[in-house]
Amino acid sequence: MIQGAAADPGRWTRFQSIALVTLRILIGWHFLYEGLAKLVNPYWTSADYLAGSQWWFSGLFISIATSPTLLTLVDYINVWGLTLIGLCLILGLMTRTATVAGIVLLALYYIAAPPFAGLSYAMPAEGSYLVVNKVLIELVALVALLAFPTGRILGVDRVIFLMRRTGALAQA
Amino acid sequence: MSDESTNTQSNQPATEKAGIVGRRGFLELVVSLPVIGVFLYNFFKKKVADDVKKEAIMAELGVGESGPAYIPEAISRPPGERIRLGIIGNGGEGESLVRHAGFAHPDWVEDQRQAAAEDPRNQALQVYLEQDDLNVELTAVCDVFDVRAERGIAASQVATRPGGRSANPPAKRFRHYHDMLTSGEVDGVIIATPDHWHSQMTIDAAAEGIHVYCEKRMTRTEEEALAMYEAVKNSDIVFQLGHQNRQSEAHIKAREVIDANILGPITLVEGTTNRNTDWGAWVWDIHEEGSPQTIDWELFEGPAANKVPFSLERFFRWRCWYDYGTGLSGDLLSHEYDAVNQILQLGIPKSAVASGGIYYFKDGRDVPDVFQAVYEYPDRELTFVYSATLANGSYRGLKFMGHDATMQVSGTLSVTADQNSSRYEEKIQNGVIDPSRPMFTYRPGFRGIDAITSATAEYFVSRGLLYTYRGGRRMSAYHLLIGEWLDVIRNGGETSCNIERGLEEAITCHMATRSYVENRKVEWDPTRRRIV
Repeated sequence: MIQGAAADPGRWTRFQSIALVTLRILIGWHFLYEGLAKLVNPYWTSADYLAGSQWWFSGLFISIATSPTLLTLVDYINVWGLTLIGLCLILGLMTRTATVAGIVLLALYYIAAPPFAGLSYAMPAEGSYLVVNKVLIELVALVALLAFPTGRILGVDRVIFLMRRTGALAQA
Repeated sequence: MSDESTNTQSNQPATEKAGIVGRRGFLELVVSLPVIGVFLYNFFKKKVADDVKKEAIMAELGVGESGPAYIPEAISRPPGERIRLGIIGNGGEGESLVRHAGFAHPDWVEDQRQAAAEDPRNQALQVYLEQDDLNVELTAVCDVFDVRAERGIAASQVATRPGGRSANPPAKRFRHYHDMLTSGEVDGVIIATPDHWHSQMTIDAAAEGIHVYCEKRMTRTEEEALAMYEAVKNSDIVFQLGHQNRQSEAHIKAREVIDANILGPITLVEGTTNRNTDWGAWVWDIHEEGSPQTIDWELFEGPAANKVPFSLERFFRWRCWYDYGTGLSGDLLSHEYDAVNQILQLGIPKSAVASGGIYYFKDGRDVPDVFQAVYEYPDRELTFVYSATLANGSYRGLKFMGHDATMQVSGTLSVTADQNSSRYEEKIQNGVIDPSRPMFTYRPGFRGIDAITSATAEYFVSRGLLYTYRGGRRMSAYHLLIGEWLDVIRNGGETSCNIERGLEEAITCHMATRSYVENRKVEWDPTRRRIV
């Protein structure tokens, strides 16, 4: 991780801290809603997205889409992964783990259907993308949050951290 | 708990370092709770609004988004006695039907194994292996082309069978179908010859008490259809016409939508076929071993209207000539009509006008490659329009147009309210129903996908003609239709595309053919039972 003064939240200005925490909470909000929206929709499945996969890993994603067992598992992991990551990012709970998990999920979405020149998809995008799409931007935003961790500026992680430091946990 | 505890933090306030989490720590714990609160408030607000809207629509419509409330079981109980089957006409369609009865040609098994290895979306072999065991034996094969007869025999003793059943002894080849019917070695026959043979073969089978599964279209002419109808009605045989859409879950659901009167008065139904390949236009492969020595041309011609010298084109691409079939009318209008008849129970129309021409495939054929037919049903106050071209692949689908809503039926089903609907006027005005989007969609087997291997396969999948679903499991509609036929043979009941439906299909299509050939409007005279 980034070392030195830049990575030290204690030296950030109030503006820097607020900007980073806001970014974390908004990404968390997005994850949480993506997860819950799928959870409450009995017809949701990742099959269409996976089946439309292109590029190097398309074989893997398509084989998931065609296997009912794997598909059920992947759908389950996806829905609960999104929900829990979202919740953790908003709360600042296990922020680092949640951030890494979020990056992994987004990377999978990205490599399943990257907007590279020469690849076209049946499902229309809502904007115009070449190489960079919103999935990639959100992914890199999470990488930035990994570089500038905010869990201990504002979040449950901070409380846990402080309790540990003060030995409160040990006393309990 | 915290995975950031290894990081160093240097500038904590002295009070916290001293061990007092206190108020500030508590505030930091709860400061994100308002965010969660705002989230949950918005989430449930949206969910409640969506649910209310959906419930309002569903309550109005009286149908659900789930599968059809009632799906007739193709097979009512486990197959008891073994049924001995014969195949007459083991060409492309015949081989497919035999496979769906549980006898794939070994080459097909190998090809599909390879295809699945190359692309896991190819699930044809898996679907074959998961077919129900119909407890049948393929005992007899009849084909005028030696190669196809041999392929039938090879399929009859295939080792790779659904349900892990063991291989059967080889089928016996009969040169003439009549010998098969009188051999005492078959209980039922699948007839998959060109259309000009269907009627005579079924009549002969009925005379011998042999059950018949006959490929569509039922006959080549009106007279043949009426004679076939009489023969089946006056016998005890179980007859099934091969319209596999009868087993499509989306079609069964569509009938529910009609029964619930969601569309309002339906004045126009539009069925279409667009294909844009040589194969789709019946320019099928000519087998390299096809010759006067390997093909019994005289028997092939049989009751054909005109006798001509041996022709490989005519043998292998018979749908291109009126001597053996009726082109688009018999091959594809018959499917669209039967789907509409299944959903609306229209019966035979009062009148028909058809037109078209040979505009693209100028290869010597005499059937049109662009074909339109307009049917009037004054009693039902609606028109059924069929429109087809074999030289454009744009998908147009099958549409039922009512005053209140439009239903589009394919592999999936969607119902969209009409902007100017009387029934939904209030709900459109208050935003519950959006006429620019389907208010109702139904997608059978939504937890699985189909391998789309060609434009033609895509056409069939979109029509629900190749695969359908039972409880989310992908099934072949052909298999279900054959299974239903065998079930009725064993246990009684009625096949879904029986001789009554068959006669309606045949006469309706013949009306379009007659109108096109004679270049005039034709009518059905229900009293004299003839096209006038």
